[in-house]
Amino acid sequence: MIAIIAIIVALIVVGALAVVVARRRQHRVPPPLAAPPMPEVLVSEPVPRPVLEDAVAPSLRQRLGSSRGVFDRVRALGTRGALSDDVLDVVEEVLLRSDVGVTTTDAIVAQLRTQGAPEGVATALRDILRGSLDRARDVRDQADEGRVAVWLFVGVNGVGKTTTIGKLATRLTAQGRSVVLAAGDTFRAAAADQLALWGERAGADVVRATEGADPGSVIHDALGRAASRGADILLADTAGRRANSTNLLDELRKVRRVADREPGEVVETFLVLDATTGQNALNQAREFLAAAAVTGIVLTKLDGTARGGIVIAIERELEIPVKFVGVGEGAHDLVPFDPDGFVDSLLEA
Amino acid sequence: MFDTLTTRLERLGSSLRSRGRLSDADLDEALAEVRAALLEADVELSVVRSFLEAVRERVAGSSLNQSLTPGQYVIKAVHEQLIEVLGGTTLKITYASRPPTVVLLAGLQGAGKTTAAAKLAQWFKQQGRQPLLVGADLQRPAAVEQLRVLGAQIGVDVVSGSGTPVEVARRGVDEAVRLGRDVVVIDTAGRLAIDEALMREVREISAATAPHYTFLVIDAVTGQDAVATARAFHEALALSGVIATKLDYDARGGAVLSARGVVGRPVVFASTGEKLQDFDLFHPDRMASRILGMGDALSLIEQAERTMDAAVVAESAGRLMSGTFTLDDFLAQLNQVRRMGSLGGLMRLMPGVTKEMRAAAANVDDGELNRVEAIIRSMTPRERRDPSVIDGSRRSRIARGSGTTVNAVNQLLRQFGEMRKMMRQMGNGTAPVMPGGRGRPVPTPRQTGSGAEVPAGFEALAAGMRARGSRGPAKGKKKGGRVTPPKQR
Ligand SMILES: Nc1nc2c(ncn2[C@@H]2O[C@H](COP(=O)(O)OP(=O)(O)OP(=O)(O)O)[C@@H](O)[C@H]2O)c(=O)[nH]1
Ligand SMILES: [Mg+2]
Repeated sequence: MIAIIAIIVALIVVGALAVVVARRRQHRVPPPLAAPPMPEVLVSEPVPRPVLEDAVAPSLRQRLGSSRGVFDRVRALGTRGALSDDVLDVVEEVLLRSDVGVTTTDAIVAQLRTQGAPEGVATALRDILRGSLDRARDVRDQADEGRVAVWLFVGVNGVGKTTTIGKLATRLTAQGRSVVLAAGDTFRAAAADQLALWGERAGADVVRATEGADPGSVIHDALGRAASRGADILLADTAGRRANSTNLLDELRKVRRVADREPGEVVETFLVLDATTGQNALNQAREFLAAAAVTGIVLTKLDGTARGGIVIAIERELEIPVKFVGVGEGAHDLVPFDPDGFVDSLLEA
Repeated sequence: MFDTLTTRLERLGSSLRSRGRLSDADLDEALAEVRAALLEADVELSVVRSFLEAVRERVAGSSLNQSLTPGQYVIKAVHEQLIEVLGGTTLKITYASRPPTVVLLAGLQGAGKTTAAAKLAQWFKQQGRQPLLVGADLQRPAAVEQLRVLGAQIGVDVVSGSGTPVEVARRGVDEAVRLGRDVVVIDTAGRLAIDEALMREVREISAATAPHYTFLVIDAVTGQDAVATARAFHEALALSGVIATKLDYDARGGAVLSARGVVGRPVVFASTGEKLQDFDLFHPDRMASRILGMGDALSLIEQAERTMDAAVVAESAGRLMSGTFTLDDFLAQLNQVRRMGSLGGLMRLMPGVTKEMRAAAANVDDGELNRVEAIIRSMTPRERRDPSVIDGSRRSRIARGSGTTVNAVNQLLRQFGEMRKMMRQMGNGTAPVMPGGRGRPVPTPRQTGSGAEVPAGFEALAAGMRARGSRGPAKGKKKGGRVTPPKQR
């Protein structure tokens, strides 16, 4: 209850403001003519303005004057030892354009500056990036004796949670595991249908409830089903949710608790992140880590032009390892994360 | 977390204040802050560059105003430039003389097209039109099913069917003609801009249905890739405009600026939540404030205007400032505020609010507000007027009556007392003056108790509004569905 009063006062002030503004408007502005019942015009009176379009700088590649990667370009700068501002500017640009973010980019550039580049800047940069990604990435798929291993999937709307579950289910059944899917997204329209179609493709059992049902109870039922059929792994979908809502995160906490109760044991909680996401991904990781004890990241949509550099910041700051990457919409478009390949792709911008 | 650009520049402003004018070095320093903030907001790098150039020119081209600190001066220039870029060109939606008016939606996977399609159909319906939804996303499992469920919720028919997406879309338009529907909204599968086959397909859909409007649906949390995506879709489809989604996320939404800058077409609609009613025309000034981290005071004020009872608010606001606020007033206010929506949602819009306070507000649920209300309702009229008469035995009576604990009653009374004191101090110092007026901005209490502190956002906002003329926040306000565009010089 601590902040209620302060909050309400704040809002009252705004309310008061609105009233006074409304009054002033009444004084100044003649009453509007009766509004036409049906607007023919949504927004009118186009106003010419300078278009940014023309002002947009040429692409990095053009700027660098060759079709080769920055890596080559940087190497061509031939710098050894101390680094010039020009070189550091190129490095900065590469990192920013990959969504690594200002803070992390500044830190990396500063590190390069002090450390120098005895083996050339490309190598030095690669080493720093690779160093940021230096952690264990094994995936737990076994629970304790007598328990059902649970993988829980969390993330914001539309990042690819359900698709990732479909892909992983395909992978696991192909390995001969018996898999149950829990349609824990009871919020979005037709989310369970979507998962059911994936279950069919993968040959996995799907447990679902009606829309609006309690997600915890779906997971509870799915655990029951998995245990009674002797299935060895349960993949649990959850509804996409924004990461700035305590209520939604609390709901997720509850879901996780249910999934971790006998006979279930949550062995992995995957945060699904969309590679096209910018700096907000760091917030997402922070909030979902706190609410659901995330153990790994699945980075999706790396088949596009986005580089997903924000995971560098996430791994450095929050130490959550990326475990899988999504590279398409098909059942087989999911691969284990390869840090070396990832760093190369960042530098090939 | 990081400070907002506004606070950073304000701070910079005070160190520059004494010098009275903005030197080149000062400006460079300020622009470096602006650059970092824009990048932090995910504005694309080349868009940032041209933006900074424009701000520099803006600052250089005008003489310094005595009433603004140099920091505020830069904020004002940035704010103006943001509004110019976000809102310059506006879109005119007219309906085809030979219906139906065809609207095509396209975008990346997961951008929110299907939900946006339903919301847009609902919007047309509210405009008195008879829309038809066409489900041409045959790629994602159950996408059509999702659209059908949403269509049923808003009472709009959905057609889809077998065949290729091109065939389905064409049939959809034919169906609209047959049914006499005057607007068709076509949902398409998500696709990557570099997927040539799928980009060809969406071009074919466009050729087959000859849309009057083609909108790119773009996720507000998109990073640097927003530019490449927007450009590719624009080249393929000649976009009429952009629909920004997921603006309820705690993101600055620089992607909207990037896409806007590159495509040169207006952002027309904004989607701000999962519910079907969370959809409205896009307001450039509000987006500008978001990117600056100033909160969204305009939306808040508008929401207040829509839902609050002006007389009630004005009366108790007056008493609030003079320190004679009673628990009755408080109760009345509480009900006004509750009519506006969830506290968490409202606090997100509030400028000058700390992250902690936002988090606290997000945690306040209905049950908690009900308890507060129950406690006050369990008091006698005299107790509500003068809480100082409430002694121990009265406290336990109130706790029993409201089904709460003495502890909760104590807490409420203590906070109420503190708030009254705080407001009295504030009332003595400054009379509230509206943005758009000449005087000082409205103080907003902060949780920290340093109640008289003025939120930076408001000051800048006030400055921005002064600069844009005396129309105040009435600008761009919806009247019966009609929107007056923000005027540019
Ligand atoms: N290109 C590409 N598309 C992907 C990838 N992963 C998922 N998608 C697509 O992204 C869209 C959203 O995926 P979903 O699996 O529905 O995402 P979600 O997180 O379950 O979404 P909600 O349940 O609505 O929160 C779908 O169109 C998927 O096909 C990927 O790695 N690459
Ligand atoms: Mg899903």
